Amino acid sequence: MATPYLYIAPAFVVYAAFLLFPLARAAQFSLYAWDTVSPAKFVGFGNYLTMFNDPELLGSFGHSAILILFYAVLPICLGLVIAAILNRAQVRGLGFFRTVIFLPQVIAMVVVAVAWTRLYSTDGSINALLRLVGLGDVTRAWLGDYTFALPAVGLIGTWVETGLVTILLLAGMGRTPRDLYEAARLDGAGPVAEFFAITLPAVRGEIVVAATLTVVAALKNFDIIYMTTRGGPGTSTAVPSYQVYNQAFGLGQVGMATTIGVTLALLIFVINLVLNRLGDRAAED
Amino acid sequence: MARQRNTSPVEVGINYVVLVGFAVISLWPIVSILAQAFGPSDPSAATGGLHLENFVEAWSQGQFSSYMLNSVLVSVTVVLISVALSVPAGYAFGTMTFRGSSWLFYLFLFGIMVPTEAILVPLFFDLRQLHLVNTVVAVAGPQVAQSIAFGTYWMRTYFRSADRAITEAAIIDGAAPRQVLWRVQAPIARPAILTLVVLIFMWTWNEFLIPLVMSPTGTLRTAPLGLAFFQGQHVTNYALMGAAAVTVAAPVVLVYLFAQRYFIAGMTEGAVK
Repeated sequence: MATPYLYIAPAFVVYAAFLLFPLARAAQFSLYAWDTVSPAKFVGFGNYLTMFNDPELLGSFGHSAILILFYAVLPICLGLVIAAILNRAQVRGLGFFRTVIFLPQVIAMVVVAVAWTRLYSTDGSINALLRLVGLGDVTRAWLGDYTFALPAVGLIGTWVETGLVTILLLAGMGRTPRDLYEAARLDGAGPVAEFFAITLPAVRGEIVVAATLTVVAALKNFDIIYMTTRGGPGTSTAVPSYQVYNQAFGLGQVGMATTIGVTLALLIFVINLVLNRLGDRAAED
Repeated sequence: MARQRNTSPVEVGINYVVLVGFAVISLWPIVSILAQAFGPSDPSAATGGLHLENFVEAWSQGQFSSYMLNSVLVSVTVVLISVALSVPAGYAFGTMTFRGSSWLFYLFLFGIMVPTEAILVPLFFDLRQLHLVNTVVAVAGPQVAQSIAFGTYWMRTYFRSADRAITEAAIIDGAAPRQVLWRVQAPIARPAILTLVVLIFMWTWNEFLIPLVMSPTGTLRTAPLGLAFFQGQHVTNYALMGAAAVTVAAPVVLVYLFAQRYFIAGMTEGAVK
């Protein structure tokens, strides 16, 4: 038997060189103040302290929290309703439906951003629709509005993630034993009671998976922000993912850029751990 | 079907309304960008029919020949290297017992969670020091590493449940271990490997941040970057923007339409397992 280490070594070397090593370097960089021109200066956890005391940088993490509502919470609620309805009765065209709702997942985010920028523009179809239903007063350049730019970006996320969540949940519901539903119906349970008594508990595991994927997507949404708002207007849509790029290559604050990057990585790591725990508990019950 | 007996026609009707309504919302942005791409570039002087000339013009004005070629080059490089390295690694983790296998595997798994944003900045400055920025190494390297993290995990999951009797039979027949992997096991693992190929292709083709940072002079500008660049110049020419956007999205969407089940299997099961 050939030694397993030989099978793993080539993969490990590339993986370590381009992922593990730069991650360690990021942790190291984050302890320095460096503007790429003058020599780096060791500042300890100074960058982290600055970040937590800077309302603008801290605010970008707050924006991510709001985006999580749009990328994760809203798609999971919508997905539960859609999947539960589809699961109850068989309908024709489910295959076509699956193809269509999954499509946003495979389209480059850059392209998604171009499409939505047009929809949100002053003469785009969202404003046209609003005028059509007599809401002409609320029309605006959505992505240029201090209040509405962030929710507008968030709704792009809702559009992208809902299909993925629905398909995950449909698969979970399909695995639920049919006789549970038969029994509930014999007991006279309506669609709503059935949903809370059987469907929802049965897909807790899938909800955790969906939450993990969508929360991480909400935190790593550089492409959409770069293409639609560049963090603006002002800093109303600035998110950590964009700040990393902007601090390093816009402002030349490499230490701060890596500090935000490391914090983002830690945040994603903790979210994964917490959701994994929840998933394990769901599996035990 | 037993459960259909219990569903009223009203409910079936509601199902269709939800299905159609949701499909319309999903398709709306896609249909509107297609309408933009095939529509007239000057609406006031509009003529009917499909305006394919938008694609020709966007292609030449946006220099998409070179960007699409760069995308093909980077995608093929990332897919080939990642798959060639992940399959043996996943095979070792899935079928062999050895010291340190579990923590070593967790080390690979860890990489799935690390966001690009965390590694890209130090990697850029270190590669610049080595004069590797603006090369395939810088653009493909981090993407290969990320794909290996997922690929090793994905192939391990497959090989753990694969039939070992065939391996044993092949060894008795005198096959070398390397032949067992590539001649005996890999052909059987084709669906799992194909899933890995389409996923890595999609991730690489659609990747934006890595080529943006790693090719500052634009020598290896990939198609999504070309689109971002194009937007900066033609933001109000909706027809050309639409045509350019459709061009960039098309390769992955076409592969998706033909290999849909691999995409959905990979993106849902890959997360569940």
